[in-house]
Amino acid sequence: MNYKIENIKQIIVTKPLKLDCGQTIKNFPIAYETYGELNEEKNNAILIFHALSGDQFVTGINPVTNKDGWWNAAVGSGKAVDTEKYFIICANVLGGCMGSFGPKNLNDADNEPYGLKFPVITIRDMIRAQESLLEHFNIKKLLSVLGGSMGGMQLLQFCALYPDKTFSAVPIASTASHNAQQIALNELARQAIMSDPIWNKGNYYKDKKIPKNGLAVARMAAHITYMSDKGLQERFGRKLQEKKDYEFTFDADFQIESYLRHQGNVFVDRFDANSYLYISRAMDYFDLSKQFKNGLVEAFQNHKTKFLIISFSSDWLYPTKNSKDIVIALNASGANVAFAEIKTDKGHDSFLVNEPEFLETLKGFLDSNFEIFKNEK
Amino acid sequence: MKNEFKIITNLLPIQSRVLDVGCGDGTLIEALIKQKNIDARGIELKESKVKQCISKGLSVIQGNAETELSQFPDKAFDFVILSQTLQAFYQPENVLDELLRVGKKVIISIPNFGYWRVRTSLLFLGKMPVTKSLPDFWYNTPNLHMCSIKDFYQLCDKKKIKIDKIIGINNEKISSINRINLEMKNLLSEVGIFLIS
Repeated sequence: MNYKIENIKQIIVTKPLKLDCGQTIKNFPIAYETYGELNEEKNNAILIFHALSGDQFVTGINPVTNKDGWWNAAVGSGKAVDTEKYFIICANVLGGCMGSFGPKNLNDADNEPYGLKFPVITIRDMIRAQESLLEHFNIKKLLSVLGGSMGGMQLLQFCALYPDKTFSAVPIASTASHNAQQIALNELARQAIMSDPIWNKGNYYKDKKIPKNGLAVARMAAHITYMSDKGLQERFGRKLQEKKDYEFTFDADFQIESYLRHQGNVFVDRFDANSYLYISRAMDYFDLSKQFKNGLVEAFQNHKTKFLIISFSSDWLYPTKNSKDIVIALNASGANVAFAEIKTDKGHDSFLVNEPEFLETLKGFLDSNFEIFKNEK
Repeated sequence: MKNEFKIITNLLPIQSRVLDVGCGDGTLIEALIKQKNIDARGIELKESKVKQCISKGLSVIQGNAETELSQFPDKAFDFVILSQTLQAFYQPENVLDELLRVGKKVIISIPNFGYWRVRTSLLFLGKMPVTKSLPDFWYNTPNLHMCSIKDFYQLCDKKKIKIDKIIGINNEKISSINRINLEMKNLLSEVGIFLIS
């Protein structure tokens, strides 16, 4: 998780930002990465919002983890979101741990890491914090905003706050409001972290220890929710892990156990446990309809943005119903909306992996809208 | 573009708001946008067709018109189009009511079961008709509720739906249909297009 600062691009947001919790922050860093080139007309920019465990390193090799960027399947040269054609910006969210202002940053007051003294943030705070990036690049109107899962929540919040700053928008496998099951699963993850004695009420930075066990269990639980029953069964079934028979112990006999343990272990090396608490909390607080007197319909009233909503048939974490609720609100407000449910067994993770139907739909939407946007005055 | 779509395009005023129900690959929507600067949207059941539409930059939602028109507010569109699909719904009457609620006016086209080729097929061959506009066999057709131009005319009468215009298509020929020539045109038209409100 410790990264070389020279690998991270940052802007310092000097404008004071009043958070939803009431506190005001200023002079804080927002880390970002870009791919491709901004053209002269500045009409080929796409802002991508990352999900709970993501970061600004969308594609190529992540210089911190030395692994593939999280959206390599969709973004890159010649891919659905073509970096030869488009200029991609992605910021690490407020509260994150990849260079943006978060709980592991030092508190000026006592020169100690914030830990739980970091203010509780919301999705709206994240978006307001990122807005300075558009000023930084002097972009008046984006071609599109893209985001899956929590990225989609940020996207909806962005569109509600700044209706004129993007020509199109693609929320993927997302929701306008976290429901009871989604909150419950986040609470499970938080309790796993907080019940690790090393977590120590968020004060673990000093001894260079991390609440590995708690964070790993949180990640394991979350990982199950990203896959479908059928996908899991096809990939793992009851297959045993490099053994012929049960060992009659509690070691990882089954491949699925071994897989989840591995996912948990690699996660703790790149993600801060407190960031996980703060970001998952922001997701739980997200309910776009609450921000408007007449609910979600009012959030998009008179918007010109062209929306494409995408859901996946086997996603039970953010099921099609969540996406359809967005479509219904957009239709009721007269907004411009397209919607597709992609048939797949790959569950919530479908947007991160090579799912041709999805990628072709995304590419078709972006490329055709780029042509329309270019010809617009 | 097929004759029927050309006639529908001609019926629509420029810059109106239009919903094409069962829009297929979006051919008609595309024409409406290009030729008449119409704000045209679509709803389509088939995923592959929806993908084609989205790739053309069209605002089409994947969904079942039988159950999902309820998401649109009253009179959300100036015109709602339903091209040769009414007979494929489980409850055509409910769909018709929904179309008239969502649109200020509705354009419905129906493959005419009163067409003479259809009648002769049943009369002389004793078989369910297979024609250009009814290409499927009885066992694989999506059509559940076939009707003739006269049937639909009478339904409109019964439901007190105002008929603004009826156009009959026979091959490339088009003609206007009214109360007086209804019997004749019901025999000679392959497809009937109704503008109702």
